[in-house]
Amino acid sequence: MIELALFVVFGLAALFGAVTMVWARNPVYSALGLMLTMFSVAVFYVSNSAHFVGVVQVIIYAGAVMTLFLFVIMLIGVDKAEDRSENLPVQRPLALGFLVLFGAGVLWAGHQAWVSGPPQGVDPVNGTIEAVGSELFRRWVLPFEITALLMIIAAVGAIALAFFKDEGAGE
Amino acid sequence: MTELLVSAAILLPLGGSVILLFVGKRLPEPLAGVVATLTVGAAFVCAAIAGLDFFTGTGEAVRVDWFSWMPAFGVDASLGWDRLSALMTLVVTGVGALIHLYSIGYMKGDARYGLFFAYLNLFITSMLILVLADNFAVMFVGWELVGLCSYLLISFWFEKETAAAAGKKAFVVNRVGDVGFIVALMLVFSHFGTFDFATVFESAPDVLTTGVATAIGLLLLVGAAGKSAQLPLYVWLPDAMEGPTPVSALIHAATMVTAGVYMVARTAAIFGMAPIAAGTVAVVGAATALFAATVAMAQSDIKRVLAYSTISQLGYMFIGVGAAGYVAGVFHLMTHSFFKALLFLGAGSVIHGMHGEQDLSKMGGLRSRMPVTFATMAIAWLAISGIPPLAGFWSKDEILGTVFERGGLWTVLWGVGLVTALLTAFYMTRMMWLTFFGEPRWDEGVHPHESPAVMTVPLLALAGLSVVGGLVNTPFRTALEHFLDPVFEGVQLAHAPAGSVALTLAAASVVAALIGIGLSALRYRGRVPNETGFPWRVMGRGYYVDDVYGQVFSRTGKLAAAWLAFRFDARGIDGAVEGIGALTRRTGSWLRPIQTGFVRSSAAAVVVGAVALLAWFLSRGGL
Amino acid sequence: MTVTPGWYMALAAILFVIGLGGILLRRNALVMFMSVELMLNAVNLTFVAAGRELLTIDGQVSVFFVMVVAATEVVVGLAIIVAVFRRRKTASVDELAELRG
Repeated sequence: MIELALFVVFGLAALFGAVTMVWARNPVYSALGLMLTMFSVAVFYVSNSAHFVGVVQVIIYAGAVMTLFLFVIMLIGVDKAEDRSENLPVQRPLALGFLVLFGAGVLWAGHQAWVSGPPQGVDPVNGTIEAVGSELFRRWVLPFEITALLMIIAAVGAIALAFFKDEGAGE
Repeated sequence: MTELLVSAAILLPLGGSVILLFVGKRLPEPLAGVVATLTVGAAFVCAAIAGLDFFTGTGEAVRVDWFSWMPAFGVDASLGWDRLSALMTLVVTGVGALIHLYSIGYMKGDARYGLFFAYLNLFITSMLILVLADNFAVMFVGWELVGLCSYLLISFWFEKETAAAAGKKAFVVNRVGDVGFIVALMLVFSHFGTFDFATVFESAPDVLTTGVATAIGLLLLVGAAGKSAQLPLYVWLPDAMEGPTPVSALIHAATMVTAGVYMVARTAAIFGMAPIAAGTVAVVGAATALFAATVAMAQSDIKRVLAYSTISQLGYMFIGVGAAGYVAGVFHLMTHSFFKALLFLGAGSVIHGMHGEQDLSKMGGLRSRMPVTFATMAIAWLAISGIPPLAGFWSKDEILGTVFERGGLWTVLWGVGLVTALLTAFYMTRMMWLTFFGEPRWDEGVHPHESPAVMTVPLLALAGLSVVGGLVNTPFRTALEHFLDPVFEGVQLAHAPAGSVALTLAAASVVAALIGIGLSALRYRGRVPNETGFPWRVMGRGYYVDDVYGQVFSRTGKLAAAWLAFRFDARGIDGAVEGIGALTRRTGSWLRPIQTGFVRSSAAAVVVGAVALLAWFLSRGGL
Repeated sequence: MTVTPGWYMALAAILFVIGLGGILLRRNALVMFMSVELMLNAVNLTFVAAGRELLTIDGQVSVFFVMVVAATEVVVGLAIIVAVFRRRKTASVDELAELRG
């Protein structure tokens, strides 16, 4: 019951946020819409017993990534509204057409393979920190370490890009 | 022992040829010729020793295996030494050695002296391969090789454009005949599964139907007609006189052109089963003999008279082997090689003495200046005209007798042969008269002289052979026929008549010859008649056959070649290749606008692909 | 009516399509990038729902990794957009059309 209510409310919120993100003229509005969607998705995680992931979603995604987005939007100075006209005449109809097709295809595939929940009487998945952590550090320790390496590389790359100027790097 | 000698007979001239090809240029002048002559002479000696058994009547046919050549066809490189091939080998190497000796003197001073003898030796090797072959495949190798050597030697003085053209013509016309030969070989293989002579001839009556045998026979005739210059493939032989005279003597009188006759004699088993094919052989021979004799009457070049004479005499041989008188045909082959080689070498001696002059109208009265040449050529003249007891009489008469004896329609061929004998006597006398008798008509500054001994000795030797050569097979003592009996075992042979019929026929041919000589002497005695009027001109041009061939075949060939080169190749094939390139370019420019450079277009393309993939998965009923 | 994982997956599909639309239809580089993030979120939701359905923790572990890498990618991507903006003074991807045929 509760889950249904949560689903309906936050589902609508997520959809509203997504549409705002795509439709809004002002990029700041887009960012805020996306943030709303992310919060809704975090709620969905919790209602699916993925507590740890839900927390991480709020802290990292909505907290850090979207904040970073907003910083850059402000920095670049495109917070002003942008021009709405379409340069590529074929793009809009083509895109809308194929999106409809894609969506229909996915939903129909889902209808064919509709999942209806785990069997009754079995313990549901426990998404606590202990459960996820023990998986991470046992089975998935190698990908874990590699992603750590990946983050270092990304950080170094971002710094290098920041220093890149027309006359050469390092100025 | 015999195998060794037979192999040596081929390998000696081959070795000589190879050595001379490499070092011939560096050897001093007569040495190259001496080496070549010695190899051929040694080959003759080997053949004689190996053939001793045959002469004493005790020898058996021997097979000399060299190596396994094409196992897929069951073909070995092997030689067959029986009486027929022994006889041919002796003729080839014997006459060949004499001609080699003659060439040492004739080719003196030539820039490519050594190369000439290398080619001559190579020719002897090729001819020996042909006559010693034990199966059709090896014979074909020899067949093609002699064609090659003929080309090399005809166009030996290739700086002269007519000589180069003559060599090409000989090769191409031979090729036309070879097509017939090859198809015949294919038929043989498809019916017998082997090329081996012994197997084919023994099982021929069981394997072949008359129809197939006729087909094979006719196709073999095509090949033989090409090689032996019969109608309609004779046109290369008169032009082949562009080559040095020893070449004409060796290849185009004594040996290569006789390959066709030898081949028909060798395949007697097949011709025996196909009377139509054999009859065609004889008819072709008769027609050629008569035709060539008429053309010879109007030639003004001394060598061309002899060329047409050769064609005519080869026609006689074809009459002989076509009428199943294989021994008679081979007999005439042998005697003809003696006196025709003598005639050619003598003509060469005349040309040599006249410093290159070949036109009969510029000769005359050479009798006193070149006595040895005159005497030997006179003997050859009488021999070819069929005056007894010289060689030509016996062999020609045997052919005519065999044909007469067969009766029925063959008597017509006998008549043709008789008329041709008359014409032969006529034109040979004409040639002798215009050359050696009468008042001198030669140009200023020409001093005819007798040729050196190295050239006259072979003339004397050949003259001797022309005198006694016929005695091997007279009606009184048919030694040659007995000699060749084991070869033609199982084949139906025709024989010459004996007794009073033979005497009557002999008398008829002698009378014909005398009439011919008489008419000619009357005409040319003391004057050179003007022979530019209508019949003489047509005959002189060979009834314009060459011109017709040129128009029909050469022109259409050239047109076809031009069309192929410029329309089909340049426009068609090149166009296709370039068209592919142009097509690629056009497709590229047509597809290029897809790359708009806009990121969103690429994204749209990705979505299109995703939709397609999704649709495909769904159509297959689920991921 | 209980909410089964299928509902979440359907919702995620719709969010995915909306994100795809954002990429195709917006010119602003930053908005396009945000649309990519939306698509990633939709996929994450699918993973979690699938994990709940199949009774495995692997769904949530995958989501963890996706989040980490997405965050990394955002860092680098934004650095690039800033660098491009400094050069071209525009954030419209339509201006960056030099790789045309």
